[in-house]
Amino acid sequence: MTDTALQKPWADAERQRVATQFGVWMFLATETLFFGGIFLFYTVSRIENSAGFMAGARHTDVWFGSINTVVLLTSSLTMAIAERAVRIGAVPLARAMYFATIALGLCFVTVKGFEYWKDVSEHLLPGRDFPIAQTGASEFWAFYWTVTVVHAIHLTIGLGIVARMLLIPRDQLAARWTTAEGTALYWHLVDVVWVFLYPLLYLAGR
Amino acid sequence: MTETPEAGLLAREPGERNYLTDGTTVRSWLLTTDHKRIALLYAAGITFFFFLGGAAATLIRAELVTPKGDLLSADTYNRVFTLHGVIMVWFFLVPSIPTTLGNFLLPLMIGADEVAYPKLNLFSWYLWLSGGLLTLFALLAGGVDTGWTFYTPFSTLYSNSHVLLAAAGVFVAGFSSIATGINFLATIHLLRAKGMTWMRLPLFAWSMYTTSLVMVLATPVLAMALLLVFAERAFGMPIFDPRSGGDPILFQHLFWFYSHPAVYIMVLPAMGVVSEVIACEARRRVFGYEFMVYAMLMIALIGFMVWGHHMFVSGQSPFASLVFSALSFVIAVPSAIKVFNWTGTLYRGQIRFSTPMLYALGFVGLFTLGGLTGLFLASLPVDVELTDTYFVTAHFHYIMVGGSVSAFFAGLHFWWPKITGRMYSETMGKFAAVSMFFGFNFTFFPQFILGYMGMPRRYHEYPPEFQPWQVMSSTGAVVLAFAYLWPLFYLTWSLVKGPRADDNPHDATGLEWQTSSPPPTGNFNTPPVVTEAPYGYHPQGFAPHSAAPTEQAQTP
Repeated sequence: MTDTALQKPWADAERQRVATQFGVWMFLATETLFFGGIFLFYTVSRIENSAGFMAGARHTDVWFGSINTVVLLTSSLTMAIAERAVRIGAVPLARAMYFATIALGLCFVTVKGFEYWKDVSEHLLPGRDFPIAQTGASEFWAFYWTVTVVHAIHLTIGLGIVARMLLIPRDQLAARWTTAEGTALYWHLVDVVWVFLYPLLYLAGR
Repeated sequence: MTETPEAGLLAREPGERNYLTDGTTVRSWLLTTDHKRIALLYAAGITFFFFLGGAAATLIRAELVTPKGDLLSADTYNRVFTLHGVIMVWFFLVPSIPTTLGNFLLPLMIGADEVAYPKLNLFSWYLWLSGGLLTLFALLAGGVDTGWTFYTPFSTLYSNSHVLLAAAGVFVAGFSSIATGINFLATIHLLRAKGMTWMRLPLFAWSMYTTSLVMVLATPVLAMALLLVFAERAFGMPIFDPRSGGDPILFQHLFWFYSHPAVYIMVLPAMGVVSEVIACEARRRVFGYEFMVYAMLMIALIGFMVWGHHMFVSGQSPFASLVFSALSFVIAVPSAIKVFNWTGTLYRGQIRFSTPMLYALGFVGLFTLGGLTGLFLASLPVDVELTDTYFVTAHFHYIMVGGSVSAFFAGLHFWWPKITGRMYSETMGKFAAVSMFFGFNFTFFPQFILGYMGMPRRYHEYPPEFQPWQVMSSTGAVVLAFAYLWPLFYLTWSLVKGPRADDNPHDATGLEWQTSSPPPTGNFNTPPVVTEAPYGYHPQGFAPHSAAPTEQAQTP
């Protein structure tokens, strides 16, 4: 283990590690409640207008969703490797894995962009040209657009904090292992949210 | 005797270093990570928003002097009371005690030299300020007419006002609240001084802990509720729209899942302040310290289970209403425990009727009245009768204004010498405290009667038979306005001409009084070590003036 870069007001590395984990986990708890609100909307809509909601859900493209699930889970693997690499001081490996994570994240956003393009071309945006008449279908698509955009914003913020790890000078990266842990926790949250979204969006009604 | 050199405005002794003198540039304030300076940054913002919200209240009370709508149009009136609610809830009451007194005192009270995440603390101030500016911009652009509750479908489909801007402002301010909550939780968990065990924490620190729990767990749900309103209004997502199968009641559930616990975000810190003040000014240990702690934890916990009592007439199932009603009665129990324990603390105390004590005693009375009328509203049949009347308005103003604002002023006066290093005028302070109690009751007690008589909330016109009570309320508001403005003058005056404060002017226990006034940037010159329970105002079990045992039978 290399020397640890200490932030105010922590006296030693172990204390700072506990503090970082405590803070990030607490933040993740708030994120869970944040997404909990929109999952409640999903639950209520799915129960109240079950048939229409499922009819709407059948219009999602399961291929885009599945590809993105693979991409995002792989990015969690590269992130986990990066975090361990920082901790043992393997700086070149860590940086390579951070680059891979960013590349996979961008890949996710790109696939999502193609998916959005296809959805819009099928008029699946709730509004005047919305093709499914059943009550509840537009509720599903309101959920789809809102939750995927919110998830994409989280992912974009994630890309920012991973990029920040790359901005740390190479000789100081190993000392910032507590930051690496916090970054990894956040990235995994974005991934975990997607793990829940995938069945809710792409497997419902099929 | 030789002339001592002038010590200057900020320092007590010539050449003394404290947190106010370490850097005096604007930059040193705007980029500070010192929790004490951030507290003052918040204080400046909160004072601004308090008087802005107060100005809106003044307009409301002025309009209601006559039964006719002669000062404001119905639409303007809607915008004015919405402004009053939004500003007072999110930009004054929720942040008031935690971000000012809490930021300043929490690390001092637990013997830490900083909060856990100093940069996050500064960031949360900027978030809060951005939220405030967005909301202010919504106001300048023409205002919002939905009421502070943003109920759908009015807010999403019909309102012709700046709902998006205001919702965005509250959304951003919410994340500031979350950041503060996380910071305080980590601070209390990880930075307590040696010997500061959980059961030795001052009750104010416990109140910050429980408040932070509620902030962290409730605010994200409000953020999502507002985000969904935003998505529906801005992008036409039919989330709460009944025409597409959406459910407007869902919004109310999400909103009150935050906004009822938010009431406890506003009142738990007040309870913490009052516990400190009463113990010190009665020279007694807090009666039933552990029960006080568990009561606060219970309030924080049960506070999450009562939100449905805001929706008794919204069309939720009668069974749900029954359960929420029962739970709302349950939460009165820990609140009552606290009131009994404050009273128990006073028993056989040597009470000093100082300014903070007057505010604190006012809090206990007004909180009790507000709490008991809350029980009226928690009972289903009474609530159906009283929903959306002035009775509700009066009830929650007793808790929030009579309770929380009184306690905020109690704390402000109590710790003023520590924060500024100056003493204010006791005479003027007592006058303000008594005026506030009198003015408050004068303003809001008539509203209980108005509500009972059937006057609904949020109308700018009313039948002439209500006028005497409305005039009484508006007259009281003049007294109340004076009681809020007056401290602005004598507290500012104390900064210039007030006598310099000792380190411990109230002779109080607590680590914050062991450092100098104002504290140095690092809080303590030597790290404090705690060896005993808080509130050691007298030996355990000792009661002054204990009655001498007598052998003779008492004769009348």
